[in-house]
Amino acid sequence: MNTTMMKRCIAWSVVGAAGAWLVGCATAPSDAETSAKAAQVMKASFNARGQAGLDRLDQDETQKLCTDYKTKAPPRDVAEKIEKLNLAGIKWPADGKYAGDWKNGERIAQEGRGMQYSDDPKGPVGANCYACHQLAPQELSYGTIGPPLYQFGKIRGYTEETRKYAYGKIYNAEAYNACSNMPRFGQMHILSEAQVKDLVALLTDPDSPVNK
Amino acid sequence: MKTSRSRRAARLVAAASVAALAATAFGQSNTADEIAKYRAALQDGNPAELWEARGEGMWKEPRGPAKVSLEKCDLGMGPGVVKGAYTQLPRYFADADRVMDLETRLVWCMVKIQGYTEADAKKNPFGAGNDRKADMEALVAYVTSESRGIKMNVPQSHPKEREAYALGEKMFFFRGGTHDFACSTCHGEDGKRIRLQDLPNLTTKAGAQKAYTTWPAYRVSQGELRSFQWRLNDCFRQQRFPELVFGSDASIDLTTFLAVNANGAAFDAPAIKR
Repeated sequence: MNTTMMKRCIAWSVVGAAGAWLVGCATAPSDAETSAKAAQVMKASFNARGQAGLDRLDQDETQKLCTDYKTKAPPRDVAEKIEKLNLAGIKWPADGKYAGDWKNGERIAQEGRGMQYSDDPKGPVGANCYACHQLAPQELSYGTIGPPLYQFGKIRGYTEETRKYAYGKIYNAEAYNACSNMPRFGQMHILSEAQVKDLVALLTDPDSPVNK
Repeated sequence: MKTSRSRRAARLVAAASVAALAATAFGQSNTADEIAKYRAALQDGNPAELWEARGEGMWKEPRGPAKVSLEKCDLGMGPGVVKGAYTQLPRYFADADRVMDLETRLVWCMVKIQGYTEADAKKNPFGAGNDRKADMEALVAYVTSESRGIKMNVPQSHPKEREAYALGEKMFFFRGGTHDFACSTCHGEDGKRIRLQDLPNLTTKAGAQKAYTTWPAYRVSQGELRSFQWRLNDCFRQQRFPELVFGSDASIDLTTFLAVNANGAAFDAPAIKR
């Protein structure tokens, strides 16, 4: 329902003309119209605070499409579109090395701070991988929104291919699994290239506790 | 009611000091076992009763520039009716021509009846430490406590109530921010958790009922009574969104979506949570 229609319906309902209401509002707002209105109401219901500006409510193509499919996987053609779009956005390391230091990676995987309006913009920014994934077996406080990643490298093999996949997946999860719950850490400038590499090492280094 | 509430509240002052100490310890060992132990230690009651008692006093006390109480405030079931009122909120109010949740309606009454400015009525809605406990949280604690045991019955008869639900549903699945998070990212599947914290699946009736009927809650880790407006506000902070405005349309739409989904379940708050 567009704004004009909405106003007309509301005006009629206030007048109390039940007949007019039924006629005037027989056409329910379309799903797309409700989505547009919801986005508009949200924009008016938030204040910019700290590092979180109102532009965070401006959805990109991926966010918009995935919103429409709620918690369901999008149909194949839409999924392919999303994955293609995001794959094109991955910036691969210039030096061709995908893995960094797994010890730093563990710190980044534990760090929950970063990007919230309550966080110091100059403070640490982590990936908080443990919030959703099991990784090193020593850490018992892990979440289950994402799959367990214990023995990630051991299972997949300590190959260049595994490291490249891990790098791409952490950089932009939407390139591999459309409408994944996982943030696009590189794409959205949450983590630096070096931080992504350190996480790759945490997953794929034979010395990492994840592979013990 | 008042007497028993006040007496229990007095007993709870002692319990609350223990709670503040326990809250510190929880930072280190945040396990379900510890919480169970803590709950057992609180058999005498829930510290939320301190907020309920203070809120009841505030409701009945002449306050504001007009020096009148809130006892004429219409929460939807007629002026002064508090019993069960929360189970029918948010709802459409003709005088405001708007769907309102409890907090927005309380602000409305503080402005229209007690003569506060809207800015004053909305000031410090979630409190800021022990020196600045929020009046709003106390009023919310009192009003909601008067709905304990009553079945949720949030209306959807007015077009604006239905619109609020439809918009709230859309907002629940709205992905945005730096992390692409929506409410549904964490609350869209059964049996999931963040770290060790279990997450309710708010897209199912059972999940919405269990979660919505147990807010507001005394939050052990914070030593504070937290309202549903606070719950939404803090979820969005963690989603990396900007700050949800207290009493905003989006906050009411989302509350409507969740409250209607909880219909049929007995309200069971103020509760106590980790």
